[in-house]
Amino acid sequence: MNIVVCVKYVPDATADRKFEDDNTVDRVGVDGLLSELDEYAVEQALQIKDKQADDTEVTVLSVGPENATDAVRKALQMGADKGVHVVDDAIAGSDALATSLVLAEAIKKIPHDLVVCGMASTDGGMGVVPAMLSERLGVPGVTLGSEISVEGETVKIRRDGDASTDTIEGSLPLVLSVTDQSGEARYPSFKGIMAAKKKPVETWSLSDLGVDAGSVGAGAAWSVVESTDARPPRTAGEIVTDEDGSGAKALVDFLASKKFI
Amino acid sequence: MPASRVLPTEEAADLIGLVRDLVTKELAPRAAEAEATETFPRDVFRLLGRAGLLGLPYPEEYGGGAQPYEVYLQVLEEIGAAWSSVGVGVSVHALSCFGLATRGTEEQRQKFLPDMLGGDLLGAYCLSEPQAGSDPAAMSTRARRDGDDYVLDGAKAWTTHGGHADFYKVMARTSGEPGDRAGISCFLVPADAAGLTADAPEKKMGLTGSATATMRFDGVRVPAERRLGEEGEGLKIALAGLDSGRLGIAAVATGLAQGALDQAVAYAQERETFGRAIIDHQGLAFVLADMEAAVETARATYLAAARRKDQGLPFSTQASVAKLVATDNAMKVTTDAVQVLGGYGYTRDFPVERYMREAKVMQIFEGTNQIQRMVIGRALAKGAPATLHVTQQQETS
Repeated sequence: MNIVVCVKYVPDATADRKFEDDNTVDRVGVDGLLSELDEYAVEQALQIKDKQADDTEVTVLSVGPENATDAVRKALQMGADKGVHVVDDAIAGSDALATSLVLAEAIKKIPHDLVVCGMASTDGGMGVVPAMLSERLGVPGVTLGSEISVEGETVKIRRDGDASTDTIEGSLPLVLSVTDQSGEARYPSFKGIMAAKKKPVETWSLSDLGVDAGSVGAGAAWSVVESTDARPPRTAGEIVTDEDGSGAKALVDFLASKKFI
Repeated sequence: MPASRVLPTEEAADLIGLVRDLVTKELAPRAAEAEATETFPRDVFRLLGRAGLLGLPYPEEYGGGAQPYEVYLQVLEEIGAAWSSVGVGVSVHALSCFGLATRGTEEQRQKFLPDMLGGDLLGAYCLSEPQAGSDPAAMSTRARRDGDDYVLDGAKAWTTHGGHADFYKVMARTSGEPGDRAGISCFLVPADAAGLTADAPEKKMGLTGSATATMRFDGVRVPAERRLGEEGEGLKIALAGLDSGRLGIAAVATGLAQGALDQAVAYAQERETFGRAIIDHQGLAFVLADMEAAVETARATYLAAARRKDQGLPFSTQASVAKLVATDNAMKVTTDAVQVLGGYGYTRDFPVERYMREAKVMQIFEGTNQIQRMVIGRALAKGAPATLHVTQQQETS
């Protein structure tokens, strides 16, 4: 089986993240890394590989700036077999539609039975790329899996909803996305770090994919971030003191005012 | 704030990155509680072992990481900065493998080393006895030859991982009387050997997450194939390992001091007196500056010794200097960290009082700092040659 895992290089979510003047994410001032939500995708791909025949190969694919090779390398250190990095100045500022276009065209050039994605990126956070990919590739999209099993040609997931837990299955080839409940991602080992140095990583540009530079990037974006405001600093909490038996009502009123009950 | 480092290879930088990830997510959150409840974190060593961190300085062909001491020690420092009991444990484990790696036969290495370096097994080291600490030749534990076996009788004190380890590197007397340096031999004893038992762990002042126990040998039968080196070479093997072990402790102590400094700086930036952060008061900033100088000095000193070792140069004196400087500095830095945090520093709600207790033992074990001064003094008396050595480039595959 051939598995492609799509991963994104994102600013470290634990750092003090900022936007540039044009409202795009500041990718220079903050250390970047493999999106934690995509680590779950890498983990599930590796678990599927572990259970499959020996010839199963996991290719990790990233569309992003030069530094995005760090994300590819981390996935290789975890155990993926090879990497593809699509880098092109014209891609900067792309929205989800354009990103999914580049990913889809790259995936078409890689042998694939299964495409695995995280549930969303930790920077953009839209969570729409997996569905867009399935549309562009013309294959089923089995998304938001918290438990994944592959038997033969069938991929089955458990999707945890607010009101129900659904079991969804599809036949290969398909696009799968996995949640942060699907199982903790493994740490690389030092041997994995050493082995990753010898694993092949190909670098492709838009012309390698036959994608017109005018169809991606900030200029082609269907959606634009108009303005951003920093979240206001956290304010002190409200303390309810129960002196005359009214405490319970005060608590209920507070929760009701915040629509928790 | 993790320390800024200069590393020889990209793989070493990735290795440090992996260690920081593991330390931040898996070690640091558990350290305080395990230390308070005196719980030995055996599973943490399995995690480190699976990540390949328990065999870093040993050859790849036996399952090690083939890393120079310059890199291995910085890994130890990073671990020590978050949890010194674990840092000490990794150093002790490396030391427990040292005799086999350096003095074992090829057959012994092939047979035992991969499991010891591969991460599933944890090692311990039995040299000291109740009456033989700084003077190990005074040991009285016996190993009597009996057919194809040796039979060990006696007691070994201060065994780190005692009762938890899977194997014990044991120095015992095959001939001579206590005080005789030539009659000591080295054995690799599996933990499940009949007659080997651990006393209740010592009730220590610090490093309470690390079990330290006296090991009792009551007619413990060890096959002769588990003797490392020749009969009578045991003390030499033990002492050769100690130089490397001292570097390990120097690195862990440096990490401990870095951890205390980080706590002190973070507190000093938050805490205000007289209308400004206390770090902006010169008197306090100078205390922190001296702490930083002590940490940087310790790091530079152990790395200087490590680079000598990596170049194949004699490094015994430099290892003693590193152990002395790093652990004395750790004692000073952790004490000052308590001072910076004031009354809060003296409570168990903050980790710095624990760091201070942990620093104390580092001046004592792996050769007391008085012994280190003795080693250095003897080298001075002998007169070291003023050699000039040109660095050999390391192979980076």
